Amino acid sequence: MDALILARLQFAFTVGFHFLFPAMTMGTSLVILFSETMYLVKKEEAYRKITDFLARLLGLIFVVGTATGITMEFSFGMNWSGYSRVVGDIFGPMLAAEAVIAFFLEAVFIGVLIFGRNKVSPKVYWLSALLVFLGGHLSAFWILAANSWMQTPAGYEIFATGKIVLSNFSEALLNSSTVIRFFHTVMASWMTCAIMIAGIAGYYVRKKLHGETAKMMLKIGVILFAVTPLVQLSLGHLHAIQVIETQPEKAAAMEGLFETTKGAPLYLAGYVDEQNEKTYGIYIPRMLSFLYNFNLNSEIKGLREFPQDNWPPVNLVFQAYHVMVGVGMLAIFMGLLGLFLLIKNKLFDANKYLYALPFLIPLPHIAHETGWISAEVGRQPWIIYKLMKTADGASVVVSANQLVFSLIMFFLIYSLLFAMFVYLFFKIVKNGPEE
Amino acid sequence: MENIQNFQLLWFFLIAFLFLGYALLDGFDLGIGILLPFVGKSKEEKDILINSIGPVWDGNEVWLVTGAGALFAAFPHAYATALSGFYPAILFVLFALIFRAVSMEFRAHDEGRAWLWEKALLAGSGVATLFFGVALGNVIYGVPLDYKMEFTGSVLTLLRPVPLLFGVVALAAILMQGASYAVLKTEDDLQLRCRRALGIILWVNMATAAVYFVVMAFIFPSLLSNALFYVAILLSMLGLAEMLFSLRNENDQALFWKSSLFFLGLWIAATAAHFPNLIKSVDAPHLSITIYNGSTTLYTLQVMSVIALIGMPIVIAYTIFVYRIFKGKAQARHY
Repeated sequence: MDALILARLQFAFTVGFHFLFPAMTMGTSLVILFSETMYLVKKEEAYRKITDFLARLLGLIFVVGTATGITMEFSFGMNWSGYSRVVGDIFGPMLAAEAVIAFFLEAVFIGVLIFGRNKVSPKVYWLSALLVFLGGHLSAFWILAANSWMQTPAGYEIFATGKIVLSNFSEALLNSSTVIRFFHTVMASWMTCAIMIAGIAGYYVRKKLHGETAKMMLKIGVILFAVTPLVQLSLGHLHAIQVIETQPEKAAAMEGLFETTKGAPLYLAGYVDEQNEKTYGIYIPRMLSFLYNFNLNSEIKGLREFPQDNWPPVNLVFQAYHVMVGVGMLAIFMGLLGLFLLIKNKLFDANKYLYALPFLIPLPHIAHETGWISAEVGRQPWIIYKLMKTADGASVVVSANQLVFSLIMFFLIYSLLFAMFVYLFFKIVKNGPEE
Repeated sequence: MENIQNFQLLWFFLIAFLFLGYALLDGFDLGIGILLPFVGKSKEEKDILINSIGPVWDGNEVWLVTGAGALFAAFPHAYATALSGFYPAILFVLFALIFRAVSMEFRAHDEGRAWLWEKALLAGSGVATLFFGVALGNVIYGVPLDYKMEFTGSVLTLLRPVPLLFGVVALAAILMQGASYAVLKTEDDLQLRCRRALGIILWVNMATAAVYFVVMAFIFPSLLSNALFYVAILLSMLGLAEMLFSLRNENDQALFWKSSLFFLGLWIAATAAHFPNLIKSVDAPHLSITIYNGSTTLYTLQVMSVIALIGMPIVIAYTIFVYRIFKGKAQARHY
């Protein structure tokens, strides 16, 4: 295999692994902020126990996230030095700003959240929960702005030397996909955490463990589980419209649409035969056009509008996108079912539902990973959409042999991290909140 | 201040400041990570040592993330050349930092294998420190570069004697940061052992610093006519002398500051020798990546300056606030 493919595989693997953790961090910090606010207002011990338990989980999640996050910051220079030389002007400041404005805040105050319960007043502790929440979300904003700039670049000029320079910082930062990608990703994280908390608490309640604390946790988890997938559906909808308008090749690949069509269908599941440029599967006629602007006959651009060497790998993008949507639909159903049981006062005795909940914990991870695959593979062959090809961004001095070595090492070390993370996650859950 | 050179200058010093912040703060975390099995005898003592850095190491590591991000934003050519050129070495730094980070958390929850995670902490802290020193030594001493600013050496280039000396100097200095912080945070027998370790490390630093300053003067003769070089030597020697004094008087508060003063001296000498280079070309000076040929544009540097000059004072303020929360002796209890 050549160095380019290996470098891409390494980036995909390390960033895909890393994202598992921030996806849990943001939502967890939200629930911690909520339970700590409730504790401050109502002084009920159950809320404090929930905070303390989640802070212990957050400690484990955050440390693996930080450890694997440094890899990402270094990887642009290590594996994508061609890209780094060209975009230092725009991409660099976003990473630097993320560290100064957001990551410091999160990393410094998470120390108080985990170690400081008995060292600070309840108000300062609450403030720390707020700052960790803010830090994590601001951090996501800067990173997603940088990513969005690669998808829908704005606020730049190109010098004769090929160097891309910044011309308007706020335009670059708030390019056409930043805001919607931010909310879509944040909601994915809240959903991930909602299902995680509902899953853990569901297990406790079914096993009659941790009494009122577990019931309170289940209630929070299930309400969040009912709300977030629905909100995510509308955010995903808006994101899709943005992609159709600003990255039509990607949108066409997501739906396997080759010919520009008035009244384009929406596939529920299927398969793209890239050789013969045909898409098979179950579809709803005209639905894609309808969802785009509520007009059954609106025109959606197909891949053939664009030169074929600028097409992304169509079937991979199609499949990843449909897995994400499918998981989202399942989440909507299960979340609403939970809410229904809660309203009917049957949730705490609904043993079958409670039994199923923990098995749902990996689902949102599958959704956000496949979502990212469709977003990033869908951007190919560009590293910066229509400005720079991925092939031109790779490091010229890093050989295929070095990459084979590093990829194997990352695989081994991250496998160890994953195994330890899962083992300790179960252990912390088994120990549970304070009795 | 429309002149881009003013901003290039500003960012050279800001990045030097960020990496100094990293060296001083995460320096004591790394130092304690290495010292742990040597000064901590019982599980309880090791818990105390780890708890002394537990609440703060995460924030300390962000100084590195910020420094690297600032390098990317201000001098992308230096960032790209160093990280891709030193690929195998950077890879080991990453692996080391990963193990350093997770080993403390894993140790707290995985008591049966605490011995394993303590070894991972030792190896991670040690390798990271050594390789940081070696990397810095390489950019300061110089590496072979081509006209496209790409590194043309090999792994063996990275392991030449001078960069290795930088690695050893860094290791000694960081052990001193760790030991002096440990003295500040511990009590009784454990503190006694930390103090004894510090007594030895102090003399080791006396030796490594002497070699360092002589070698620096030898490689960079221009330093001999640079006042900063003498200031650097003076600060380092003053730091060491006062540490000897504080160690005798059992003035535990002062030790960490004096150790940092010593480190600052080493840093000033390196900065004075290096300026205005970012990555020196070892054989052809005109191929060096400097702050003048390696920077981003004026507008980016201006945007970054606004963010950094407003953001960093706030960061420093709340960092001090959180250090004050955790001041006093560390406890063994679990969280």
